[in-house]
Amino acid sequence: MAIRIALTGNPNTGKTTLFNALTGSNQTVGNWPGVTVEKKEGKLKGHTDVIITDLPGVYSLSPYTLEEVVARNYVLNEKPDAILNIIDGTNLERNLYLTSQVTELGVPVVIAVNMLDVLEKSGNKLDLAKMSEKLGCPVVEISALKGTGVMEAAEKAIEIAKSHTLPKEKHEFDKNVEEAIKNIIALLPSSVPELQRRWYGVKLFQRDDKAIEQLNLSESTLAEIEKIITKCEDAMDDESESIITSERYNYISTVIASFYKVKNKDYVSISDKIDKIVTNRILGLPIFAAIMFAVYYISITTVGTGMTDWVNDVLFAEIIQPGVQGFLESAGVAEWLVGLIVNGIIAGVGAVIGFLPQMLTLFFFLAFLEGCGYMARIAFVMDRVFRRFGLSGKSFIPILIGTGCGVPGIMASRTIESEHDRRMTVITTTFIPCSAKLPVIALISGALFDNDAWVASSAYFVGIAAIVISGIMLKKTKLFSGDPSPFVIELPAYHLPTAGSIIRSMAERGWSFVKKAGTVITLATILIWFLSYFGFVDGSFSYLAEDQMDTSLLANIGNTFAWIFAPLGWGTWKPAVAAITGLMAKENVVGTFGILYHVSDFNADTGEGIWQLLRADYTPLSAYSYLVFNLLCAPCIAAMSAIRREMSSIKWFWTAVGYQCIFAYIVAMIIYQVGSLILTGKFGVGTIFGFIGIAAIIYGLVRKPYVEKDSTVKAKV
Amino acid sequence: MDTLRDVKIGETVTVARVHGEGPVKRRIMDMGVTKGTSIHVRKVAPLGDPIEVTVRGYELSIRKEDAEKIEINR
Repeated sequence: MAIRIALTGNPNTGKTTLFNALTGSNQTVGNWPGVTVEKKEGKLKGHTDVIITDLPGVYSLSPYTLEEVVARNYVLNEKPDAILNIIDGTNLERNLYLTSQVTELGVPVVIAVNMLDVLEKSGNKLDLAKMSEKLGCPVVEISALKGTGVMEAAEKAIEIAKSHTLPKEKHEFDKNVEEAIKNIIALLPSSVPELQRRWYGVKLFQRDDKAIEQLNLSESTLAEIEKIITKCEDAMDDESESIITSERYNYISTVIASFYKVKNKDYVSISDKIDKIVTNRILGLPIFAAIMFAVYYISITTVGTGMTDWVNDVLFAEIIQPGVQGFLESAGVAEWLVGLIVNGIIAGVGAVIGFLPQMLTLFFFLAFLEGCGYMARIAFVMDRVFRRFGLSGKSFIPILIGTGCGVPGIMASRTIESEHDRRMTVITTTFIPCSAKLPVIALISGALFDNDAWVASSAYFVGIAAIVISGIMLKKTKLFSGDPSPFVIELPAYHLPTAGSIIRSMAERGWSFVKKAGTVITLATILIWFLSYFGFVDGSFSYLAEDQMDTSLLANIGNTFAWIFAPLGWGTWKPAVAAITGLMAKENVVGTFGILYHVSDFNADTGEGIWQLLRADYTPLSAYSYLVFNLLCAPCIAAMSAIRREMSSIKWFWTAVGYQCIFAYIVAMIIYQVGSLILTGKFGVGTIFGFIGIAAIIYGLVRKPYVEKDSTVKAKV
Repeated sequence: MDTLRDVKIGETVTVARVHGEGPVKRRIMDMGVTKGTSIHVRKVAPLGDPIEVTVRGYELSIRKEDAEKIEINR
């Protein structure tokens, strides 16, 4: 039987670094069953029979956040053989608060104290032997960063796992509380294992919904327990959950004095000095802007995009695709098969690989910002603006990056802890025009508005307004109700992250994009290629040449569904087909118009050459409605795959894409219908729908938010 | 009743009681803000909210609306 060791600890304690040091490259990354919380497991280096599970980084084991529920249920249900609890030596009290809960779970515990060197630099002293004696479990010193003491900590965990040495009951609460807990334990059903009785006793005293659910107690037992709790609450003049929290901290404050000596009270660390400047009331925003500019400039404008363009335009478009095409043609391969391989498969794979350089550059910066501690400060600086729209201060980065490309923008939402904020960010990020939408803007602006500057700037305005409106509306729906994650966050000490940890994080995220998003992108590219290049010519189904696109399957689909867009002012098949090919990549909209209007000589970046033809078919109003629809509707396939990846739920993926399309449709309809009324004065059935659309959005903005009665997490974990 | 919201930057106060209920209250207390704890208000974010405080030796960021739930003694 393999020995299973669970790794627990607060966030920002070096837990991930320790996990990496213990397991090396021998890891599997997945999700905990049923939830989107990441699960990492790995074999201990040099021990094939020892499995280390990295539990989510948490501050407590309350029933209110997904991470905390996942962590405690894993220990209670899977019963690992030992827990390795990493604590930050510079932050003992809050770290030991978690320890005081972990030691109640009925599993052997080893405490690994990290960052002792930093603690000693400040002149303070920690007596590990005394600490071990006071806390009732073995304590070892490690440096996750340098890798020292790490293996010894694991050996110790294996040792107590084998001997099954449980933490000695050391901490006691106030005698009123202890009496109440003792009485509750006596009422527990005999099915609760001996080792977990104390845990459940405390949890029931706290009226912990998750524990009550797990035990399935009878009405009468619950009533009796309630009586015990109320009696104690009256005696202590507080509510039971707070009593336990206070008692734990009181206990820690008392024991800590015996093994922790503060020598230098006025010590000001380098981190404090940095923070004084970086989030300064006056300098805070300029510094924030400068950092954001640097991240954007390097990953989107210069290095990242330079490499991505090279991969797309040179490596694939000039070297691989013509090379393979020439080879296949000279080998006499059928024309359609050449098309499939070159324009379907290679183009699809190219789309995935093309994004990688840009993505890796961005991930490098994200890893650095997270590792050094500035990411939490971004939330601190921007919180006031974003929280009104149901977003996190950290949503700033995805949206900023989204102006360059929505794919890395969506992937950047990974740094947002709160699930609600993250989902909201993923849904709204692509409303901001990305660089691939610029040719579409240029096409419409050039064709119908004489390149008037307001068209392009209004596109960004529409994007920002869409984020704000959607944020406010979605926040009030049932989907985002009862947000259980209050903004009470730790601002961790600044420190220089190691190159290894940055590269690892960059590679992990990059690989997850290639694996999850890549397959979808490739398949969808092949599908759209098939629909565009096959169709019926003179009654027979065949492979089409580039200029025969009007007979393609896609054109048929466009014809069938074009009526849907009639209320938007452009219900003919050409724009419908162009919008569909835009799903492959938004700049394709321009190219498709070129093909469908049989223009071979046009500027791919602005559509110049097609302008006069568009002018004949569209009014400025219908064209603007078309532009807005394309800006707001479902993004390209690559971005949709990123949404799928980040939501890690097919239901949420469809919710996001469905919302984007419906919202785009309503906004475009309002623009066309109400615009027509203003410009022509004609009032029709459509106008009524336009006003219904406006009314619906206003209702969405001002209605009362949906209120959830049960505030605990409803995850089946 | 004085709350953490009213405390000026640079001041150090003691927690008298945490009001409210459910996840927010639990979270505030889980982060170490319990009765008798000393809190030092370090700064306000550049946009005026949230605030940054030092509690139990580390830095905590908390919104003013949540700080209002923390009753304090000077």
